[in-house]
Amino acid sequence: MSRVLLIEDDPAVRRGIVFGLNRNGHETEAVGTGEDGLEALEAIRPDLVLLDLMLPGMSGLEVCRRVRETSQVPLVILSARGDDIDIVIGLEAGADDYVVKPASAAVIEARMRAVLRRVAPAQDGAAPATGLSRAGELEIDRDALIVRKRGTDVTLAPSELKLLLFLSAAPGRTFNRQQLLEDIWEHSYYGDARLVDACVMRLRSKIEDDPRRPVYIQTVRGFGYRFGPLPA
Amino acid sequence: MKPAPHSDGSASRSGGSAPRSGGSAPHSGGSAPHSGGPAPRSDRPAPRRKPAPPRGLRPRLIVAFLLVAAVSALVTAALTFRQARQSILDRAQHSAVSELRLQTTSLAPSLPADPNDDDLRAFTRQLDRAAGSRDWHTAVSRDGKPLIGTAADDVSGTLRDTVAAHHDAAFFERVDHGAAPRLIIGMPVGYGSETDQDQGQDQDQDQGQPTGKSGKSAGKSAEKSADKSTGKPTPKPKPSGVVVYAALPLDRERTDISALITAAWAGAIPALAFAVVPALFAARRVLRPVRRLRTAAEKITEGALDTRLDAEGKDELAALTGTFNTMAGALERNDTKLRRMEANARRFAADVTHELRTPLAAMAAVTDALDEDARSGRLPADTAEAVLLISDETRKLTTMVEDLMEMSRFDAGAAHLRSDDVDLRTLIRKTLQLRGWHESPDVITEFPGDDLPGGGRPDDGRPSGTLPDDGRLGGSLPDDGRPGSGSRGSGSGASSSGTPVRVDARRLDVVLANLIGNALRHGAAPVTVRAETTPHSLVITIADSGPGIPDEVLAHVFDRFYKADTARTRSAGSGLGLAIAAENVRLHHGTLTAANLPEGGAVFTVTLPQPPPSPQPPPEEGEPS
Repeated sequence: MSRVLLIEDDPAVRRGIVFGLNRNGHETEAVGTGEDGLEALEAIRPDLVLLDLMLPGMSGLEVCRRVRETSQVPLVILSARGDDIDIVIGLEAGADDYVVKPASAAVIEARMRAVLRRVAPAQDGAAPATGLSRAGELEIDRDALIVRKRGTDVTLAPSELKLLLFLSAAPGRTFNRQQLLEDIWEHSYYGDARLVDACVMRLRSKIEDDPRRPVYIQTVRGFGYRFGPLPA
Repeated sequence: MKPAPHSDGSASRSGGSAPRSGGSAPHSGGSAPHSGGPAPRSDRPAPRRKPAPPRGLRPRLIVAFLLVAAVSALVTAALTFRQARQSILDRAQHSAVSELRLQTTSLAPSLPADPNDDDLRAFTRQLDRAAGSRDWHTAVSRDGKPLIGTAADDVSGTLRDTVAAHHDAAFFERVDHGAAPRLIIGMPVGYGSETDQDQGQDQDQDQGQPTGKSGKSAGKSAEKSADKSTGKPTPKPKPSGVVVYAALPLDRERTDISALITAAWAGAIPALAFAVVPALFAARRVLRPVRRLRTAAEKITEGALDTRLDAEGKDELAALTGTFNTMAGALERNDTKLRRMEANARRFAADVTHELRTPLAAMAAVTDALDEDARSGRLPADTAEAVLLISDETRKLTTMVEDLMEMSRFDAGAAHLRSDDVDLRTLIRKTLQLRGWHESPDVITEFPGDDLPGGGRPDDGRPSGTLPDDGRLGGSLPDDGRPGSGSRGSGSGASSSGTPVRVDARRLDVVLANLIGNALRHGAAPVTVRAETTPHSLVITIADSGPGIPDEVLAHVFDRFYKADTARTRSAGSGLGLAIAAENVRLHHGTLTAANLPEGGAVFTVTLPQPPPSPQPPPEEGEPS
């Protein structure tokens, strides 16, 4: 049971999705424009935002950026466009995941649930790591789900936080993108790896000194990502 | 002394002296480039024996020009030569005969009426002395008696016979044999009035003497009576029976004639050489537009349909260029039109698809609820059935629209390959798992070196501790924390036989799912998926156990919406599955082929090129590929 804000301009789609969400026990507020959505975001403080990219007036991408300026609420894009570039831009603007319409209520529900899961999954069935860990100038509090850099809180969107927690739990170990998709986004093995890439990019821009020469989230070319190792 | 009769001119021709040079025309050396020996390409089945005529336009034009030049030069030279030679000889003969006549006439009166041999010998000596620059030798015969004089050996019997037969005319004979051509004149000496026939004879007295003797070139005697030709009645002198013969060398004339031949050659050879120049020029004129046309045609073939040529001049080639431009224009218009129509059709399909998505999005969002209620038993039975039908078909429609969207992306060139190194087994296992085929006996997987025949259920092997079932790419995970090392093919107690392949996993999944799904729907179980890697490629075959694909269908299996049977019964697929699979394989620069197995059943073969195996790349910083 979550409070969901749906920003979708097409009335039929809005009705359909609201119907599906309500049936799954969510409390849903649906608006038709981005402006109304930003307003409702303040008013109802939703647990999750479902955002259509094609909106009259303020575009979905713009809404996405505005939401991220003030809030780290889980944000899932609803895209009716096949244009992959929109999805990528939406992800880079801070969305945590996306759903391509038409999508069944079950698919939307699964995405939402994955994004709402606050805790990073444990690796290989090991007990979830807890407590405070430090890596270079980063301080990761796994219980409070807080990340600090040089003592300053870093605001991370849910997917970014989960990715950081997941990777940093096994420093130096490389994960390929399919695997990260499965574990963090709970997509299928064949999900869209750009989710990972976009999220890594956002995460780097927040925790790396120089996102172009990352030290925390490193790329293993042609394979995936790993945390560290940090330069001595 | 009787005046010499009007003698008839009969031109003597040295028939053998025409310059026979036709066989040595310069073009004979211009053989075709591949005239000698077999063709260099050994794969030609039968090398040409006969030297082919020049193929190219340029050599043909040059040869034609040279031929024309050679023929005209030769004909001109031959005619000129013949004429000039004739004139030279004629004049020489003419003047020799007149000279001889003059001398004879002036000396003859000193001859007694019935001269004996001594008289005659003295007469010849006088004549020899009077030769002057002519340098002749003379001999005299009377009434057919043997010749007396220095030229006695030179005179042939034929000439004597001829002179004897005609007592009224001078005859001559040209002897060409040896190095020294000579003119031999036979002239009867008459008594009587010395008329002024010399003048008359100056023009007309040339006479030829017909001798067919070999070694002598002699013209036919075309006797022409001088009185006839001049029309002047002349009293016939009384023949004395004495015939004067004179032999005189023709060396000077011979020199003149050789100079003529040399001059003819000297003119013909530069003319021939010079003919090459206009030939090259003409060839260039002709060939340049031809070459430009060829280049332009090649460009058009390569797709540059806007290629046009400037038409220069007004000749046939310019007309051809104009026609070419017209053709190219028509081609371009048609091409543009077709492209526009195709683009319109595709855009239309994309637009329709897009428009369908919005209502479908609304419908898809509620199908789960419909299913739930229909199965709950709360609805009347037929309503529930109708509801289930609608939700099922909505899902199918959704799949179809998604496939259409995918196809539109391929058409628009908006599909991109995102390749990663992934483990082949994991890849296939995941595909099967996602579709619920991994536990089905209908799908069997085979890997090279796989001992387990039931490889379709990789989880069967779990007791040996190979693969975790949690979706981890076990074989690919380094667990030792060493940076950038051992991340492939070694790791956390997982299968050590990991086969890394470089593919776009998402797209390969689509390919495999479509092919396996197609095999299950249209073929028959079990479906065997066999994957193997070669150094340069990844080969995956999907074989079913059905009846195979009819030949007429085989060529169209990858066509969009192609249905094998004409009744167009709708199957579970969108009709785009194989087309999408083919597009995805093409995006990998691979090949997808369909065939029938000899033992029955269809087999689809996916071949994806693989980069050569490289050592473990060092960890790199920066954006992921």
